[in-house]
Amino acid sequence: MTEQNLPEERRDADRAERVFATKSGMWSRGSGDTSGYNGLVRELAMPGKSGAPFEDAAADAIHDRAVDVLPKFKGYRMLFHAGELTVYVPREDLREVVRTLRDDPYLRFEVIMSISGVHYPQEVGAELHAVYHLLSYTYNRRLRLEVTCPDDDRHIPSVVETYPMADYDERETWDMFGIIFDGHPSLTRILMPDDWAGHPQRKDYPLGGIDVEYKGATIPAPDTRRSYS
Amino acid sequence: MGIEDKIPQGIMLTSVEAIAGWMRKTSFWPATMGLACCAIEMMAFGTPRFDAGRWGQEVFRSPRQSDLLIVSGRVTQKMAPVLRQIYDQMPNPKWVIAMGACASSGGMFNNYSVLQGVDHILPVDMYIPGCPPRPDQLIDGIFKLRAQVQYGTKMGANRVAEIEELEQAALAAPAKIEQKGLLR
Amino acid sequence: MSQQDVYSQPEEKPADHVYFPQGGDWEDIVSEHAGSGDETIVINMGPSHPSTHGVLRLMLEMEGETVTSIRPGIGFLHTGIEKNIEFKTWTQAVTYVTRMDYVAPLFNEAVYCMAVEKLLGITDQIPERARIIRVLVMELNRIASHLVAMGTGALEIGSTTVMSIAFREREMILDFLEALTGLRMNHAFIRPGGVANDLPEGGLDHLRDVIKWLHKHLPEYAGFCNENPIFLARMKDIAVVDLSGAMMLGMTGPRLRGTGYDWDLRKTQPYCDYETYDFDVVSWEGDDAYAAFRIRQAECWESLKIVEQCLERLEKTQGQPVMVADKKIAWPAQLSLGPDGQGNSNEHIKHIMTGSMEALIHHFKLVTEGFDVPVGQAYMAIESPKGELGCHVVSDGGPKPYRVHVRDPGFHHIQSIPYMCEGGMMSDVVVALASIDPVLGGVDR
Repeated sequence: MTEQNLPEERRDADRAERVFATKSGMWSRGSGDTSGYNGLVRELAMPGKSGAPFEDAAADAIHDRAVDVLPKFKGYRMLFHAGELTVYVPREDLREVVRTLRDDPYLRFEVIMSISGVHYPQEVGAELHAVYHLLSYTYNRRLRLEVTCPDDDRHIPSVVETYPMADYDERETWDMFGIIFDGHPSLTRILMPDDWAGHPQRKDYPLGGIDVEYKGATIPAPDTRRSYS
Repeated sequence: MGIEDKIPQGIMLTSVEAIAGWMRKTSFWPATMGLACCAIEMMAFGTPRFDAGRWGQEVFRSPRQSDLLIVSGRVTQKMAPVLRQIYDQMPNPKWVIAMGACASSGGMFNNYSVLQGVDHILPVDMYIPGCPPRPDQLIDGIFKLRAQVQYGTKMGANRVAEIEELEQAALAAPAKIEQKGLLR
Repeated sequence: MSQQDVYSQPEEKPADHVYFPQGGDWEDIVSEHAGSGDETIVINMGPSHPSTHGVLRLMLEMEGETVTSIRPGIGFLHTGIEKNIEFKTWTQAVTYVTRMDYVAPLFNEAVYCMAVEKLLGITDQIPERARIIRVLVMELNRIASHLVAMGTGALEIGSTTVMSIAFREREMILDFLEALTGLRMNHAFIRPGGVANDLPEGGLDHLRDVIKWLHKHLPEYAGFCNENPIFLARMKDIAVVDLSGAMMLGMTGPRLRGTGYDWDLRKTQPYCDYETYDFDVVSWEGDDAYAAFRIRQAECWESLKIVEQCLERLEKTQGQPVMVADKKIAWPAQLSLGPDGQGNSNEHIKHIMTGSMEALIHHFKLVTEGFDVPVGQAYMAIESPKGELGCHVVSDGGPKPYRVHVRDPGFHHIQSIPYMCEGGMMSDVVVALASIDPVLGGVDR
């Protein structure tokens, strides 16, 4: 297959590094696929990177100002997708970036509304992602920061000293994904019991459902059923 | 031809157990174990439209003075020991209602966190289906339990024998997968 | 873990291990203060306590009646909904998210569906009538949720009447929602692409009755509470959070507006055509629990105003579709209310079972497999009765969500309890708690 024949999304050079999962066949698990789709292999990648200028005035304003006050911002991978700007920040820069985003009078991201962890087991070297959703009340803008860390070195600096409201979010992300937020005042379990083993919302943690059995019939737990992928 | 023909009018004979059952039935004090969605319906059960007070059953919140535990909602692994402690704090005799699908069987949450039915940690007397059950369904469940208490009360040696009998029945009961019959 | 079972019967044999739900830390807290000889009292409140709005646990340290330290413990209702969703299709997941914040279920559905629609890129294609019905059910649900917040909040300070009448009004709203969606709570009514079904026969008349009822009875709350000296004494200058404190703690909703800042996502970042409705954002200068109470009360009236405008619009758009036109996404079943409850309409069953083989295949594929959502992630935020309700969805391009995270306002509000209560009286803890109106299903998810 030549370069032109490829669909546009696959022509882009750094796609390989964004592939976070490979799927084959029609079913997510189990065998018995008689549909003939078994040989079908799909590589799944996040939408490609986009550079300034974006199609959106607010995103441009954030980008331009951030580059002015923090030159290394220019080197970060960015993505404008579904009307939202995502900036992939290296973890060692996170504290500096959030401080700038909060304190600069033309950026003023006063709050982190939510932090959610996402686990991409196939993305070697960046399995765990922490996704920060920032909101600026002053300028009525939103921004997403994404920070990654490898599974064997699960450390991301805590942003609690800049954003006190991130306290519970970071504890939840630790509880559910095992990301250690360095510098957090008391990183303890929050939703699961204190003596729980494992981090339940990681992809390698089973759902933990039990088979439902009744009068000779068994219905497997949702994660062990054959299902579409 | 019994003693009832010899006694004067206006006197009624019954057993101590029936009297005790009647009194227990008419003075339930529920300890409400409000957990999730069902708790809101249980609150509605006490408000003017459904009005649990009509049959002398005010929603009450101290387990120490209660004899009915309404477990309403999903019980998680973290909550299970708390629930068991509350049950242990209640004086005998006591009854348990599992309100809603989650308390009865885990419902739709078949996962790492939710207990698959409160009957794993407590003996349940009445299961109420629904997600959440309407307050009307809770009323229905409570009236069925009242009937059970009225006619099923055993005391003294009878109670000891009943416990033994129930235990033997529970030990001999087939697992759910071994049960026979139509799938319904 | 203690070895002595204080609950055992006298004749009972001692057990090997005795576990108490208080956990090890509780023993530590108590023993730390046991030998100190001062007046410190350590109290455990919850997780089963009538005033904690669910299974919230609070650990208080007090000097006399003054709270010196308070530590919230949550997670007793952690249901693993976010994990369960990863094994369900995009449409089935609605059934799960609706059970998060169960006092305002329609908001959970709406925010999740709008996030999915953002990722699908069909936000503009949602039919007008579907958007109107979404606004209608959300605003009715907002009134119902505020009524529960006001009623239970009043119950906390000993006023049972407000609670009784709040549930009476709530029943009227639930009756309408039941006629529309088939369920009193946990509706699973808003679906990606639109809403499950149109208004039932006589639905508009029913709605008019509800509006009339609310107009008649909503003034009672102001009459009972606003100038009531007990309410004023218990709520004024209690649980104070000012604007910078509210921002620092991530507080949103009535507590943020209670600092005089009129931030309402319905106005600032409108969705579902909120910019075309005529309503005011209520704010109140007070920083206290009373401000939040008055805002909730006033917001009921603003919501009622929106409901009335929805009624007008619904009259104009009768017969228009309520589901997106794209057949690859739209739920194939045409639901209707039969004598045995809600289900597929007879015409639809007839069409797929006798009329068209292709329609049957289409129905089967879409219901069992679902639709694919393009790879990517999206965050959607709406103004729920409690504050900013956000939903972060990640798709791997398949028919099931890769990750769904819901930002519940209550989760962030619980963080503010120490800020509001420390240094105050013990009796004000429940007032502070009622002012943030947490619903533990949403907090723990």
